[in-house]
Amino acid sequence: MPLERSELAESSAEPGQPQPYVWRMNFGPQHPAMHTTLRLILTLDGERIVDAVPDIGYLHCGFEKLGESLDYNQYVVVTDRMNYVSSAANNVAWHEAVERLLGIEPPRRCQYLRVIAAELARISDHLVCIGAMGLDTGAYTHFMYAFNPRERINDIFEALCGARFTTSYTRVGGLCRDASPKAIQMIREFCRFFPSVLRDLHLLMDRNRIFVDRTKGIGVLSKQEAVNRGCSGPVARASGVTRDLRKDEPYLCYRDFDFQVCCATEGDCFARYRVRLAEMEESLKIIQQAIENLPTGPVNLDPGYRVILPEKGAVYQTIEGLITHFEIIMPNRGFQAPYEEIYAATEAPNGELGFYIVGQGGDAAYRARCRPPSFIHYALMPHLIRGHMISDIVPVLGSLNIIAGELDR
Amino acid sequence: MQPNDPQVRWLKEPELGWTGKVYLPLFVEGMRTTLRHLVGPKLTVQSPEERHEIPEPLIYRGVHRLNRDEQGRVKCVACFLCATICPAHCIDIVAAPSPWPDRDKYPESFTIDELRCIYCGMCEEACPVQAIELTTLYDLTGKSREEMIFDKEKLLSVYDQTKDAEPIFQSWPLPAVSAEQENAQKK
Repeated sequence: MPLERSELAESSAEPGQPQPYVWRMNFGPQHPAMHTTLRLILTLDGERIVDAVPDIGYLHCGFEKLGESLDYNQYVVVTDRMNYVSSAANNVAWHEAVERLLGIEPPRRCQYLRVIAAELARISDHLVCIGAMGLDTGAYTHFMYAFNPRERINDIFEALCGARFTTSYTRVGGLCRDASPKAIQMIREFCRFFPSVLRDLHLLMDRNRIFVDRTKGIGVLSKQEAVNRGCSGPVARASGVTRDLRKDEPYLCYRDFDFQVCCATEGDCFARYRVRLAEMEESLKIIQQAIENLPTGPVNLDPGYRVILPEKGAVYQTIEGLITHFEIIMPNRGFQAPYEEIYAATEAPNGELGFYIVGQGGDAAYRARCRPPSFIHYALMPHLIRGHMISDIVPVLGSLNIIAGELDR
Repeated sequence: MQPNDPQVRWLKEPELGWTGKVYLPLFVEGMRTTLRHLVGPKLTVQSPEERHEIPEPLIYRGVHRLNRDEQGRVKCVACFLCATICPAHCIDIVAAPSPWPDRDKYPESFTIDELRCIYCGMCEEACPVQAIELTTLYDLTGKSREEMIFDKEKLLSVYDQTKDAEPIFQSWPLPAVSAEQENAQKK
């Protein structure tokens, strides 16, 4: 793509004098600090970044096109692979949109379990983000201390749904399975154990001068710019935008929980780091409240709605259950979506993750568009790194937490 | 939300203070944190000598197996529900008239492409006779692609291998009948 000469480059040359030597460099797509297949075409003046053009599409998988052939339940396995660091949050977002399209609401127990899964995913995502940010700025121990508790979260997901990473936890109107007592026990243990992790992370990095010097004042995003460029989630909140979809447009049962929205005013990499750390505390509060007040009752909608498979006992032992079971799976007898379109957004760990679905009557969507937060945040990169050094790209990228699977879809 | 909303928690920047500027006291503090982890429990699992402990073996989503009934026959009735629901289209079934009197069809061949499979567990959910299940075998490797395409015999052999560790769940509770449904049945 053509690069235009930036104003910054021209201003440094006297009129009549030759232009300063400006050269181009590829940062990525294969670079340890780029985490996944991200690529930046940098225009450099010495080591100062004059301009940057993000080049995306290296991990394009055609996820949105797949949404037109897979039905509403099957597509959940694709959402796992979008933001693969917090797949449960994507599952929840997708089925939130589908359920709004169908006009149904899952039972209370299901909503609570979904909240727990989404918040565990948020903690897991933030741990990756701040751990990798520490790793990129040279703090390997910090990275290890952030990644070890993720192992526990993966174990919890394993007990909840049988898979550690690609969870596929939700179904239309329910979950793939109810939480077992052991899973609940594991979540309780995690709630007791996790504050010590947060304490370690705070102790290691909050006042670490090397880390503070590398992140403070780097990649400053003003509140005005954050709003103009469509930022959401921790990136926007670190710039002072007080917006959280869990409070502003409550979905699931977020109204039931007492938690705060963490905001900072500085808008630099250090502020984003602190917002993510504080958000983990709030997520932990939500999980604690949800697990202690977990409602009893069914986890799936009544088979009468004809959206979710009936209980196994009914399938094996009653003829009505067996007929319902077959009809829901058969493509020509499955549930009918209305001819409507819907946009439903949830507060994913990275920001506003929305799905825009156009129903076409059958059990698959006409269009399944995804509004990924990483895509919008990666467009910020040139703005944030312009004028900084090459080494500053690394903490900026780490603080934005770009996940290429979600960026390219 | 408004900026002065009590539900907003404004984060203050931590004070670096003189201890941060001098650097040494915080170095000691960081070192203390690190040293405390030296004596803590070890999280690394020395695979493959040690095996990762699976918290819920019955719901773990690993390699498939085809269950046998009490007489050692394949349980599958070739209803194609698993092949229909599979998001990766990795199940291929060829049905044939059953040689046994208790069912109409049975799978003449039942093939799962384990390379294509994404282990979502939907086939297990869809099966109406509990014939296909996912086991706890997670370290599946092969030297060729052909080896990874599991046919009926191989899937049944996975059952033989795992049936003791993971028995088929036998007793499912009958669905609770609500009062309305009872009245409807009486009428």
